[in-house]
Amino acid sequence: MAHVSVRDLDVAFGSLKVLHNLNIDVEEGEFLVLLGPSGCGKSTLLNSIAGLLDIVDGQIWIAGDNVTWKEPKDRHIGMVFQSYALYPRMTVEGNLSFGLKTARVAKDEIQRRINAAADLLQIQPLMKRRPFELSGGQRQRVAIGRALVRDVQVFLFDEPLSNLDAKLRTELRVELKKLHIKLGSTMIYVTHDQIEALTLADRIAVMHGGLIQQLATPKEIYRKPVNLFVAGFVGSPAMNFLEGRISKANGSVGMKLVDGTDVALAGYEFSGQPQDGQPAVLGVRPEQIELKGAPGPATLPVTVALIDPMGADSLLWGTVGKDTVSVRIGAEDTYQLGQSVKASFQPSMASLFDAESGNRL
Amino acid sequence: MIVVAVGVYVVGIAFTFYWSFTNSKIFPSFQLVGLAQYRRLWSSDRWLVAVNNIWFYGAMSIVSALVFGYLLAVFMDQRIRQEDLLRSIFLYPFAMSLIVTGLVWQWILDPNLGINETMHSLGWTSFHFSPLVDPDTAIYGLVVAAIWQGSGFTMAVLLSGLRGIDAEIWRAAKVDGIPTWRTYLFIALPMMRGAVATAFVFQAVGAVRVYDLIIAMTGGGPGISTNMPAVYVISMITSSQNAGQGMAAATMLLLPVIAIVGLFFFWQWWSERRETAR
Amino acid sequence: MTSGETTTAAGVSASMATSETRVEPRGAKPKSLSPARIGIYAFLIVAALFFLIPLYVMVVTSLKEMEEIRLGHLFNLPATWTLQPWVDAWLHACTGRDCFGLSPGFLNSVKITVPSVLISIGLASINGYALSFWRYRGANLLFGLLVFGAFVPYQVVVYPLIIALRDIGLFSTLIGIIAIHTIFGMPILTLLFRNFYAGLPIELFKAARVDGAGFWRVFFYIMVPMSVPITIVAVILQVTGIWNDFLFGIIFAGRPNWPMTVQLNNIVNTTQGTRLYNVNMAATILTAAVPLAIYFISGRWFVRGIAAGAVKG
Repeated sequence: MAHVSVRDLDVAFGSLKVLHNLNIDVEEGEFLVLLGPSGCGKSTLLNSIAGLLDIVDGQIWIAGDNVTWKEPKDRHIGMVFQSYALYPRMTVEGNLSFGLKTARVAKDEIQRRINAAADLLQIQPLMKRRPFELSGGQRQRVAIGRALVRDVQVFLFDEPLSNLDAKLRTELRVELKKLHIKLGSTMIYVTHDQIEALTLADRIAVMHGGLIQQLATPKEIYRKPVNLFVAGFVGSPAMNFLEGRISKANGSVGMKLVDGTDVALAGYEFSGQPQDGQPAVLGVRPEQIELKGAPGPATLPVTVALIDPMGADSLLWGTVGKDTVSVRIGAEDTYQLGQSVKASFQPSMASLFDAESGNRL
Repeated sequence: MIVVAVGVYVVGIAFTFYWSFTNSKIFPSFQLVGLAQYRRLWSSDRWLVAVNNIWFYGAMSIVSALVFGYLLAVFMDQRIRQEDLLRSIFLYPFAMSLIVTGLVWQWILDPNLGINETMHSLGWTSFHFSPLVDPDTAIYGLVVAAIWQGSGFTMAVLLSGLRGIDAEIWRAAKVDGIPTWRTYLFIALPMMRGAVATAFVFQAVGAVRVYDLIIAMTGGGPGISTNMPAVYVISMITSSQNAGQGMAAATMLLLPVIAIVGLFFFWQWWSERRETAR
Repeated sequence: MTSGETTTAAGVSASMATSETRVEPRGAKPKSLSPARIGIYAFLIVAALFFLIPLYVMVVTSLKEMEEIRLGHLFNLPATWTLQPWVDAWLHACTGRDCFGLSPGFLNSVKITVPSVLISIGLASINGYALSFWRYRGANLLFGLLVFGAFVPYQVVVYPLIIALRDIGLFSTLIGIIAIHTIFGMPILTLLFRNFYAGLPIELFKAARVDGAGFWRVFFYIMVPMSVPITIVAVILQVTGIWNDFLFGIIFAGRPNWPMTVQLNNIVNTTQGTRLYNVNMAATILTAAVPLAIYFISGRWFVRGIAAGAVKG
């Protein structure tokens, strides 16, 4: 049972509290990504689950066992590090077998497990090589193999792709996803790269300041970010933010931007009751803004400032009042600099946040 | 500037080598006598004992200093509370002159003054511990003094080698369930070849040229039992006034140094080539 | 080993929260003083004692009266404390024919050490700088030879040097021994400086060159200010090495210039008269005082120096 449960976790370094009363449950077979900027506590959380860090309060349960006081080796976990941490002076075979030999596992059992892992990861031909003779992808597979031979139930990944160049990163990301489908094991993955998170995760936990901001599927996080931080962190190019105040008139809710422009918000699903005059921030993603065709329910006057051609499409930068917005347009579309265009979007797809708390309205 | 220094060495060695083939006494003579000096050297008891001694002393002091130094480094790596204080204690012998070291250990091992006497006064009259008096055991006294002097340095080098290992390796070993001592012995140590080699070379070079320690501690005695090649060279030049012999001995002294240093650099060059040729 | 709970993924959290009927591990693991930890401290303490006993013996004996020393009991504290041995060591002990104690030796050691350190470090830093940034013909070869020179035992070249200095007329002079120490310090110090400069970003050097600076300007305005840490290390190594030297002192310095180490050996190993152990010990401590003091004051830099210079080989 590869369920992982973290209860009321408190972690501090000296007097600095890094994680506050953190609770999270990982389903069996789930690929959970801990996403956030540096210093948000994601690595701390991972290391606490692994048992590599001392915690101040709380409990950790893995596969039905309370492992709060257990050594890493007794926690049913395997871990893949940023540098892969393969033992440099041993062959691949040595790396895979060293832990088992120490645990006095029988020789033929060791061989059986190594063969099974090697077949699954396709590293049979690499057995006699040393780590420095392997490529990045091969090293990743050997690192995973090291955990695999110990029959672990949960795999922990600490930013394994951060050290690599962009192309390699994309290749290995795909390999990891295929591996998860093949193995079906529970995986907890830490990264600061939101694209990795969006592509790999079953669920994402966006973290900031030691707290989980939102725990949901990638789709949910992308479509309905729960606060300003999540909205701004996930998605590239970033979401556009427009400041203003809620204006309620004749039963319909709209927004008055700082420069006076009125934006209709009919169709937006409010979670509560917005107050008239409440300072708010409107968030619209670049691909949600339309410049062509009939103007839709909600419109924005955009003055074109710059166009960035990006190959498959282009990014148009413009201003709405004093706010800057970016819009995805076709590669062949042309606009004049300084031209005024009426842009439209669907309020039901947009996000609205309270300006003070940052929370979604 | 460098040329001068190098020149001194090159020319100096050249002359030493040359004069080993002459019959120089106090002053250099340019009369060649072929290999006579060398033949006389190798038939001299004093020299043979010295050569024997240097091998024994060298092997024992180098290996012991390395092992003890690594043990100290491993223990110091355990997040000890008084690390700075302890490190100062382990390293201060390095700051002391070998004359001082030799004298102090001479006293401690003196049968009338040192450990031997203290044990007697405590009541253990059957206790006998005076290694320096007996020709067969005097060399052990030297080895102990050498370990005392050199382990701190070895520890410092090996400890910095340990600290240079990526932290993630330790964590990976922990997750793998490998006990700490095994990690130190089978994972960390093989990764520290540079540091180990450095510590070894420094210890080896120090052992080969050991002079001050011998003079202070035993004077080469009792008799000639703790004579060492370096001592032999100097005494040939000065008191025995036989420079030719001294030069021959000096040349023989140079050979192991060339061998060790040459091996060290060759190993460095070769392993670098292996690592880059991927 | 596990507490009783349901095995379905959903709802596990809820059921676990209610089934706590016995003490469950929570929060920080209780830290017990394991036997391993005790063993570590025990080993280190024993080792520390091993290293400290000689020092303790020296200090204690130097403060005792001779009658007490003759009784033995090396490790006891003095019954009657006296500083007379120290005074004797400094002013009255006999080093051969003269009986003026160690004080002339101290002065000599200073006269030898200070110029040698200054000159050798100055030259070595320039050399190290030249070797790492300016590629001239034969640089690598010279460097290789220099490194090799660092390992050569002094005894090998001592005799030719004696002859050479005698011919120049510098044998048994202060200048002579300063020259010797400078030359023999070059290999290791140049190595140290070169490794250090090689570790600096080359962009610094290139930027200065683009600005029009030549060999000496780059050195004085850029390299020297950055060299403080390595210079400290070099100073410590040189002062310690030269102050503690014995062989060169006794051969090249000449009787009026004998450094403290030579004087010490003379005081202690005289065959005439009774052995004044307390005076000898006091003399030993006095001789070791300067490098020890430097070592204790600079402590961490000493270690960093050994690590930085040595681990690279």
